[in-house]
Amino acid sequence: MSAIVQNLVNQPYKYGFVTNIESDTIPRGLNEDIIRLISAKKEEPEFMLEFRLRSYRQWLKMTEPTWQNASYPPIDYQDIIYYSAPKQKEKKKSLEEVDPELLETFEKLGIPLSEQKRLTNVAVDAIFDSVSVATTFKEKLAEKGVIFCSISEAIREYPELVQKYLGSVVPPADNYFAALNSAVFSDGSFVYIPKGVRCPMELSTYFRINNGETGQFERTLIIADEGSYVSYLEGCTAPMYDTNQLHAAVVELVALDNAEIKYSTVQNWYAGDANGKGGIYNFVTKRGLCQGVNSKISWTQVETGSAITWKYPSCVLVGDHSVGEFYSVALTNHYQQADTGTKMIHIGKNTRSTIISKGISAGRSKNSYRGLVKIGPKATGARNYSQCDSMLIGDNAQANTFPYIQVQNNTGKVEHEASTSKIGEDQLFYFTQRGISAEDAVSMMISGFCKDVFNQLPMEFAVEADRLLSLKLEGSVG
Amino acid sequence: MICDNSEIILSVQDLTAEVDGTQILKGLNLEVKAGEIHAIMGPNGSGKSTFSKVLAGHPDYTVTGGTVTFLGQNLLEMEPEDRARSGVFLAFQYPIEIPGVSNLDFLRVSYNSKRKHQGLDELDAFDFDELVQQKLDVVKMDPAFLSRSVNEGFSGGEKKRNEILQMALLEPKLSILDETDSGLDIDALKIVSNGVNQLTTPENAIILITHYQRLLNYIEPDYVHVMEGGRIVTTGGKELALELEERGYDWVREEEAVGAK
Repeated sequence: MSAIVQNLVNQPYKYGFVTNIESDTIPRGLNEDIIRLISAKKEEPEFMLEFRLRSYRQWLKMTEPTWQNASYPPIDYQDIIYYSAPKQKEKKKSLEEVDPELLETFEKLGIPLSEQKRLTNVAVDAIFDSVSVATTFKEKLAEKGVIFCSISEAIREYPELVQKYLGSVVPPADNYFAALNSAVFSDGSFVYIPKGVRCPMELSTYFRINNGETGQFERTLIIADEGSYVSYLEGCTAPMYDTNQLHAAVVELVALDNAEIKYSTVQNWYAGDANGKGGIYNFVTKRGLCQGVNSKISWTQVETGSAITWKYPSCVLVGDHSVGEFYSVALTNHYQQADTGTKMIHIGKNTRSTIISKGISAGRSKNSYRGLVKIGPKATGARNYSQCDSMLIGDNAQANTFPYIQVQNNTGKVEHEASTSKIGEDQLFYFTQRGISAEDAVSMMISGFCKDVFNQLPMEFAVEADRLLSLKLEGSVG
Repeated sequence: MICDNSEIILSVQDLTAEVDGTQILKGLNLEVKAGEIHAIMGPNGSGKSTFSKVLAGHPDYTVTGGTVTFLGQNLLEMEPEDRARSGVFLAFQYPIEIPGVSNLDFLRVSYNSKRKHQGLDELDAFDFDELVQQKLDVVKMDPAFLSRSVNEGFSGGEKKRNEILQMALLEPKLSILDETDSGLDIDALKIVSNGVNQLTTPENAIILITHYQRLLNYIEPDYVHVMEGGRIVTTGGKELALELEERGYDWVREEEAVGAK
């Protein structure tokens, strides 16, 4: 039976192909000249270069964190290429000018960019290595005043907005990887939803790492002005390489009075092979600021890829009556390591937060939930509900839960529930005795386990996520 | 209901099996024809439950010898799910809880996997719902149980009723009820037995594994077998069960010892 579980998890990674495309790649390594070169390539205004250099100098003073429940050999930051872009003409006006090789790559990944085949009602910003190659539905969004473009473009076109908000939620000195990202980030998405506008379609960014030696350092900034609403999705894949690649992103969200941001991630970076060789190091800082009253930020993540995942999408609840939510499914297999969770920082009055975390560990993987709920002295009437469930598949996987709770206001109410379960041989036998194959049994049990989180995803992505988990676990049961 | 020319559903010859290296079944013989109800009784550890699990193909049990033929096919070569789809049904002594999977979904996937195996179209959610509502009557089950997770938080009696509901849906050729009466109060026992009786036909067969004669007051067997030391040592009619109830299993052991001399 154990063999069946093993086979279930051992589904080959189908996004592991490499696109052959000529790249504009800068020399490997990191110093102030490299940063100036990146900034120059992106034709950035002076304030951006200053921001980068300040961040770099900050980074030099910091040391890499070691507290997470993951181990990996030291990273040589001088051996990474910090900028690589597919060679193409000027940033194109229409998609027809985009290199067909690139369009084909995204098509293969199930992200059609060409006009005829686009996903209906989802606008996509496609990022290939260090740069954004295409953004769809831009004009349609512009009619509503919604700005959706690459961050490089935003830095040039909307410098006041960028200057005002960039680094306001995740300051460069926040942590080691945030500082590194602030110094070298190459591209990412920028969204601004004007006052009172409900964004008419899902916005989505698709990240693709292609080059084997490039780190991907993307930066996303989303601002929801008063009374606005946006739902944003991100997806990620990378080719299979024997070496590890670093992905250190920073995502900042700002919700003003009565605004709502829903941010969903389906992360499927290459996880390394069955022996733990290769794969992406996914060291990401994601944080949302509920700055306004009644504002709401909701994170939903389905983390299935990467050799190591280290991320805590968080909410800082400053506005009175603001709401933070975190819904997460993290699946690890083989030698994958995930240390993920959230921080809910209650500052304003009557702020509320919900944390639903589902960890699934198979193979010899390690899966940890780490979360902080902090209720500040002024957060009268704040409430939190946390639920952390772990599921183990097989006998060699690990699941850990590290909840941290700090309450400084005696009107606060914090609830925490946790459970651990295991897909047992007896359960599988019960299914098979009723004519249901072990594969279907596992996928039914996993879907059931993740239901509370999948319900939060937009429809088409919920189906995709469900399918993805089944594929990932193919062969893991038995 | 016994007639000599009935179809042979199950034929077990010299079956030996072990678990964790311990021999449990030591040469078991049994033939079950269509329309028959067989009760298997015997003391704890005599191998009754092992026999049921071996028939269903539980991975912990290793068959070391003998043959099992089910409807003319070599049952031992079939995967557990194929045995189920071909009509072998085991009502579990301890039905398993499956959190997060609704009873209705579980029943539908199970039912459709059998239909698929038979080359029939799968039933969609609406048609299936209609079907399952009818079947609920067999065990007088509240439809609310359909939306709950499989067996999760069910009482002992509810779990057993759920097993019989599955049996009603899947219409197996051979049902093995492993101590279905254990843990049931008298009312639940009546409901469950009544359900089983409604499901017996001249085409199918039932093996009842039980410790107690009490169940046999409600489901009347054609044969009663007594297991001891991994083999069937005595076979009789339903009166054998009454005698066992009165005199205990030691009596069978003594008889056997005498017979051996």
